[in-house]
Amino acid sequence: MGLRIVAVLAVLMGVTGSPSGTVRPETVSVDITAHPNSVPETAEEPGQNVELGEEEAEEDVMATGELNPNHYPAQRAAKVVQHYLTTRYGSPYRLFGLQRVHSGNAEDVADTGRKYQLEISVHEIISNTTQKCSAEVFFPRGEKQQSPQVQVSCEELLNISTKAQEEALYQQYKMNQSLLSAQNLPDSHGHIEPDMKPLWHLGIVASSFVMLKESTENTLYNMAQVSNITQLATENDQLKFECHTLLHDMVSQEILPWKLLFTWSAAEGVKVLQMEQLPHCHSCEKPPNTD
Amino acid sequence: MITAVITGVIMIIISLSVDRHGCSNRSYRCKQAVFFLKVTMLNSVGLSCVLLLLSAVGAAVLESPPYDYYRYHPMSEISDWMVQMQKEYPGVASIVNYGKTYEGRAINLLKIGLSTEGKKKAIWMDCGIHAREWIAPAFCQYFVNQILQTYKTDPKMEKMMTDMDFYVTPVLNVDGYIYSWKDQTTRLWRKNRSPGPAGCDCYGTDLNRNFNANWGTVGVSFDCCSLTYCGSKAESEPEAQAVANFLQSRKDDFLCFLTIHSYGQLLLIPYGHPNFTAANYDELMDVGLGAAEAIEKIHGMHYKVGTSPAILYANSGSSRDWARMQGIPFSFTFELRDNGTFGFELPENQIQPTCEEAYSGALHIITYAHDKTFNGAVLTAAATLWTVLLAVGVTGANLV
Repeated sequence: MGLRIVAVLAVLMGVTGSPSGTVRPETVSVDITAHPNSVPETAEEPGQNVELGEEEAEEDVMATGELNPNHYPAQRAAKVVQHYLTTRYGSPYRLFGLQRVHSGNAEDVADTGRKYQLEISVHEIISNTTQKCSAEVFFPRGEKQQSPQVQVSCEELLNISTKAQEEALYQQYKMNQSLLSAQNLPDSHGHIEPDMKPLWHLGIVASSFVMLKESTENTLYNMAQVSNITQLATENDQLKFECHTLLHDMVSQEILPWKLLFTWSAAEGVKVLQMEQLPHCHSCEKPPNTD
Repeated sequence: MITAVITGVIMIIISLSVDRHGCSNRSYRCKQAVFFLKVTMLNSVGLSCVLLLLSAVGAAVLESPPYDYYRYHPMSEISDWMVQMQKEYPGVASIVNYGKTYEGRAINLLKIGLSTEGKKKAIWMDCGIHAREWIAPAFCQYFVNQILQTYKTDPKMEKMMTDMDFYVTPVLNVDGYIYSWKDQTTRLWRKNRSPGPAGCDCYGTDLNRNFNANWGTVGVSFDCCSLTYCGSKAESEPEAQAVANFLQSRKDDFLCFLTIHSYGQLLLIPYGHPNFTAANYDELMDVGLGAAEAIEKIHGMHYKVGTSPAILYANSGSSRDWARMQGIPFSFTFELRDNGTFGFELPENQIQPTCEEAYSGALHIITYAHDKTFNGAVLTAAATLWTVLLAVGVTGANLV
């Protein structure tokens, strides 16, 4: 008798074990309350104070004390550190990206501004190495927008020596019969010719000076493209370049064109002589072609 | 091919000209040799003909080179590809036109699913709502190809395609996408191509601020030149209307709404307005974190998960928020590679790894939504049945 029941159970196991193809959506009646579609949307009551377009006010309330490292206040401050490192240590053979924010803390400094303390990991793009850094970013408050102040200390920032490559490139560009020029780095498809890459890197380093200077708690700058970079006559052993760069601000989503005049040598690094924001001319668009 | 034909003709001529009557009557061996030669020749001819036929057929089948999913394609090629998919997978993939852009172009999606009787649940995926985010349409094409390739050999995918239909729009903002292909100065276009209101010279509305979800409240601009211009009113744009009209009548069928963007390596959940929390926030975070984990396993890329106001910035009028408000439970914005090094101009050599990891993430969400809807009930029923039977069996055994 017991055996027969076991046999029946075994047969039923074969039947109920594979649900594929036997269930129709309409016949599902168990546990329907767990289906999110049935949960009423009335939880969201628009009774609270809705601030129209004033994101800054909300940020003031939020970004103090210990920060969630994945949230935007710590992320925006960390991006400033990336730009700072690039201006200080960047070269045609050394570029930095923000890898991760591990922890962050923010505090108001009287009425003068807000200070962020961050533990981050920084990625050196060309050698593909990562290292940890401790940084402090101070965003000054005031009527006129001022650039943030940054202090960083990293484990072994300049461990991989790029001196030899930089010197070689410097000599090569200095000896050029004709002055170098390149456009659209990268191009529409993300492509850069290998021998144009050092020019792209130089453009990024120079642009980082602008991105650092222009950064606030309400911006997140990245390079969109070097639209044009042209070598000018060498002066005092410094290679000279003029470059048109497009910056992308993630927060406003705008593309901001800048014109830069800068020098570079393996010994002195990148020094920006002039930076000028160009008008971004929406009205200059031609009407669309009729296809 | 020509060589084979010539060889065949020569062989026929030889076999016809060689005649056993040329042998002397008494040479049996000669006659045998001639016979053998003829047979061999004719066999060779026959074989050549067969091979010829096979190669001709093969060439006809392989005539169109395989679609390169790891390059960026202009709109015309994407449209041709959609037609090709419909042709190659009849009854499984079909093109559905569901709207027109401002400039009068068709907005099409691919509906993919194995036909069954009865109403099916559905998954929505759209790419290219922002013109310059080229990696997004590339991903939609990859996704379509993947599910069509795998359902024949992967029982799980087959089951999902039996229970659900996939509605994939490779390019939603067609006008904007085409404009971004025009030349180097237009590559970074974001919005659609409708003209601004009277008195404003600039073109385009940010389609992802134009949906009827807290429209015009936060994270938008009313300056028509701004890249986050939300339009003259909610759903003022034909592209947004197309999505809303299509989903409005079908919203109860949809389990997932996945909208694909770049860049930033993020998975964003509703809502964009900081004062509103989705009723299933905890579940969305859970599933999102699971998807990010799945993504990281592929190529080690880290994707952050959270609401837009927490991770990125507050915004309103997004398609994801609108979908969630319609009751579609699993609404996610994907921001694909990279983190800012190349930004919108992601190199083509990163298309493959980006698509592979994003596919893994999307599949995690889709599988979760599917299993929750379909298997959940069956498992509960099976468990109940088992318990009852075991109880009966034990009682029965005791009674014997």
